[in-house]
Amino acid sequence: MNRPVKFIAALCLVSSCLCFCGCESSRSQVLAADESQVKLRSMQSRVFDTKDKIKTLRTAMATLQDLGFVIDKADDVLGSVSATKLDRYAVRITVNVRPHGETQMLVRANAQYNLKAIEDPEPYQQFFTAFEKAIFLTAHNIE
Amino acid sequence: MKKVRYSCFFLLMPLALVIEGCGGIPKDALSMNKATLEDRQLQTRVFDTSDEGKILSASASLLQDLGFNLDESETDLGLLVSSKDRDAMEAGQVIGAIAWTVMFGIAGDARYDCRQKIRASIVTSHAGENGERIAVRVTFQRIVWDQKNQISKLEKLNDPKMYQDFFEKLSKAVFLEAHGI
Repeated sequence: MNRPVKFIAALCLVSSCLCFCGCESSRSQVLAADESQVKLRSMQSRVFDTKDKIKTLRTAMATLQDLGFVIDKADDVLGSVSATKLDRYAVRITVNVRPHGETQMLVRANAQYNLKAIEDPEPYQQFFTAFEKAIFLTAHNIE
Repeated sequence: MKKVRYSCFFLLMPLALVIEGCGGIPKDALSMNKATLEDRQLQTRVFDTSDEGKILSASASLLQDLGFNLDESETDLGLLVSSKDRDAMEAGQVIGAIAWTVMFGIAGDARYDCRQKIRASIVTSHAGENGERIAVRVTFQRIVWDQKNQISKLEKLNDPKMYQDFFEKLSKAVFLEAHGI
């Protein structure tokens, strides 16, 4: 093996080590979250002026279908809906609806994109923008 | 020189892997777009009945007619989730893989689709001014694996003909349900 090849092979090994030494044990992913709990909750949650849990859940399902998701599961007692979107990538989302005070419902969405949690506020903002429109449509029963 | 190029490839490969892992969520993944309304129309039909249970029951029967197994149902929310596992081999792909192997002799690189999981999810809702009609929206998607058990396709199924056929069959199923067949 001549010198440049040896040098490049060594560089290759070093770069591989650098790439992989950053990876912790994959078990640490179980309780991993990049953002603080408070920050996450605030970006993932919105409150709506309605007492109707079923209507809110049905609106969440309609919104998810509009966004190209296929609904996987729903539970009206827990107030949760899970859905998956496949479009060369996979996005999995869970929307939870629960009462917030006497007159409001709190809607929280959390999602993952392929193998990574979505912890950027922008996609959640987009989801709630779509949800707001849908809940308006449902309230006024317009198709 | 050839060896140097070969080494460069291995030098850049880990970097490429790291960069690939950094790809973020596409901008329009959680927002409505031009196709939203079109998709909604394609995937929805309204039935002149206010009996949501009857429509759900007819839908479940139709899914069974089509070979789907029910994975989940929540009648209070008007939801049915089903799936089926099927063969995904396509003659063209297999012939292509064989031709590739014959030409280059690298059997490992010639991939073809082998099996697929098709998922169908039906959501019903009250429609019309007083909720006197029932809207049914169905969505399909599939995951395809190649012969190496690697995922080769993750996609929604949006062929208009498929939805037309589905709703034609659903109309029949609603009729059969009404007549207790």
